[in-house]
Amino acid sequence: MMNINGKRLKSALLFSFMLVIAACSKKEDPTPDFQEENLAPLSVEFDNIVGERTLTFDNTGSPYRNAAGEAFTVSRLQYFISNIKVTTAAGNTFTVKQDSSYFLIKGDDKATRFAKVKVPEGDYTNLTFTLGVDSLRSTMPIDKRTGVLDPAAGGGHDGGGMYWGWNSGYIFFKFEGNSNVVSDDANGDPTGKKQMKYHIGFFGGYSAPTLNNIKVINVDLRTAGIAKVRKDRQSNIHLFVDVMKVFNGKNSFKIAEHPNVMFDDFTAKIAANFLEMFRHDHTEN
Amino acid sequence: MCLFGLFILACKKDNPIKEEIEKFLGFQKPANFPEPIYNLANNPVTKEGFELGRALFYEPRLSRNNTITCGSCHIQSSAFTQHGHDVSHGIDDRLGTRNSPPIMNLAWSKAFMWGGGVFDLDLQPITPITTHEEMDENLENVLNKIRALPKYTAMFKGAFGTEEVTTARFMKALSQFMVMCVSSNSKYDKVMRKESGTTFTADEQAGYVLFKDKCASCHSEPLFTDGSFRNNGLGISTINDKGLYGATLIETDKYKFKVPSLRNLQYTAPYMHDGRFLSLAGVLEHYNSEVQATPNLDPVLNQNGKLGIGLNDDQKAKLTAFLNTLNDTEFINNKLLSEQ
Repeated sequence: MMNINGKRLKSALLFSFMLVIAACSKKEDPTPDFQEENLAPLSVEFDNIVGERTLTFDNTGSPYRNAAGEAFTVSRLQYFISNIKVTTAAGNTFTVKQDSSYFLIKGDDKATRFAKVKVPEGDYTNLTFTLGVDSLRSTMPIDKRTGVLDPAAGGGHDGGGMYWGWNSGYIFFKFEGNSNVVSDDANGDPTGKKQMKYHIGFFGGYSAPTLNNIKVINVDLRTAGIAKVRKDRQSNIHLFVDVMKVFNGKNSFKIAEHPNVMFDDFTAKIAANFLEMFRHDHTEN
Repeated sequence: MCLFGLFILACKKDNPIKEEIEKFLGFQKPANFPEPIYNLANNPVTKEGFELGRALFYEPRLSRNNTITCGSCHIQSSAFTQHGHDVSHGIDDRLGTRNSPPIMNLAWSKAFMWGGGVFDLDLQPITPITTHEEMDENLENVLNKIRALPKYTAMFKGAFGTEEVTTARFMKALSQFMVMCVSSNSKYDKVMRKESGTTFTADEQAGYVLFKDKCASCHSEPLFTDGSFRNNGLGISTINDKGLYGATLIETDKYKFKVPSLRNLQYTAPYMHDGRFLSLAGVLEHYNSEVQATPNLDPVLNQNGKLGIGLNDDQKAKLTAFLNTLNDTEFINNKLLSEQ
């Protein structure tokens, strides 16, 4: 009795194993024809990290340390992702409809880490998106500024708000924290709280050209896994967003020297570092 | 008999006001004005929208501690400026750094604020609401306070069809009120429109000729501003306000400020972005002898090696006579624009 059951169990296991193999086999999953209307779900996950560590807020017990050796903690991280575009190996591109293509990623709210869009079924080798809010949307009438783009969203710009009233435009990237290297004078934090604040915006101006810190990020998905978008599943492009690059990117700087960067030419130096921040880790298909 | 007479009188007094309200005409472009810049097609002025905007303009809940309204720093009797204050006086008696500009003919304005930075009237109110020295509130709180009041939800329904209070509706209502603040009935306007035989006096006419020669390149008719940003040679202030540069970070924008309209000068002293001149005489003397060659000084104020605009006493008197024809008593007394 025991023996028979054991044999049955073995064959059942073997059969299941074969099924699993079959399911895994990519040969059974032909690339669908690219049809603009044949939409299926795709998500892009913005997984915030700090160098070799995960992002934890206000971890004063084990602060992060930048390349200059300055210890710091993070108290706020928020940024806009917009204008998502995907490209297949064959060169077919699809740009997500603008009205469905603005996302505010908030480091303290895990639910916001996915930018969920619909794109045609297909195998995508390339992902493009904007860090920030494009200039067209930045100059649109108030009616078009809804959801995360509502100037009232998130409270004032001193808090979680991402809109500048006095110089109409959005803050693209808001990164705040604390570091003991911040001075207590007017160049640092006169409140003595050792706060560092990086509010990076500037879309290029309404009428005359001004600083433009909008960054278009292009991610090649071929190394870490292409996105196979199908109607019956949720393809997820998992990106690491390394905020350490704010300090350690090609325009590296010291917190002590630039503890507050909001509205001056130095924002452009930091914005250039954004290009290094995004790294494709893997894709879940 | 006497009582009856009073009743008749009261009725007579009431009727014209009633009629005025009944025939709300919306936004009307004055005959001597150009086409407005504000996109009225995207926000047509209705009686209900205008009245909501007016209520919001005079609503203290727009400020953090419910003490300051838009009307606190933009007083109608001062042509919607804060007369007697060099810089605006806001919440908790805090002082700003700039003089309250008038809410006047904004439908023809392509940029807002003394130092620019705002290009759409529908986005402008966010600035005073959120500024530390003005209302020091955030928009989300304002909308929540408004949503809690049945008076407003009813007005939003009347203006926009449903009770929903959104940022866009809130801003559009305020814009409807602001674009209705049109000043176009000064003596100058009546002369230009040839209304009921109004004419300039000899001094006013001589002043008008001088104005066209010496002032009109920046303060162009009929709005008396070309809407541009220029450096008019003011000595740099102690706080080193760099004007437009603060918004653009462009070196050639340093010390440029928005050219103000010359309308309603009688009600809007003090003058300049920081209210440094208490009188018109002070302003004219600035142009005559005090213009400084600071960076980006407007070229029209530095001709043939001479700074400023030479003005003798006679010319100053005539110019002043002309400038006084730009005062519009109907505007500052228009009940439609007052707190109800």
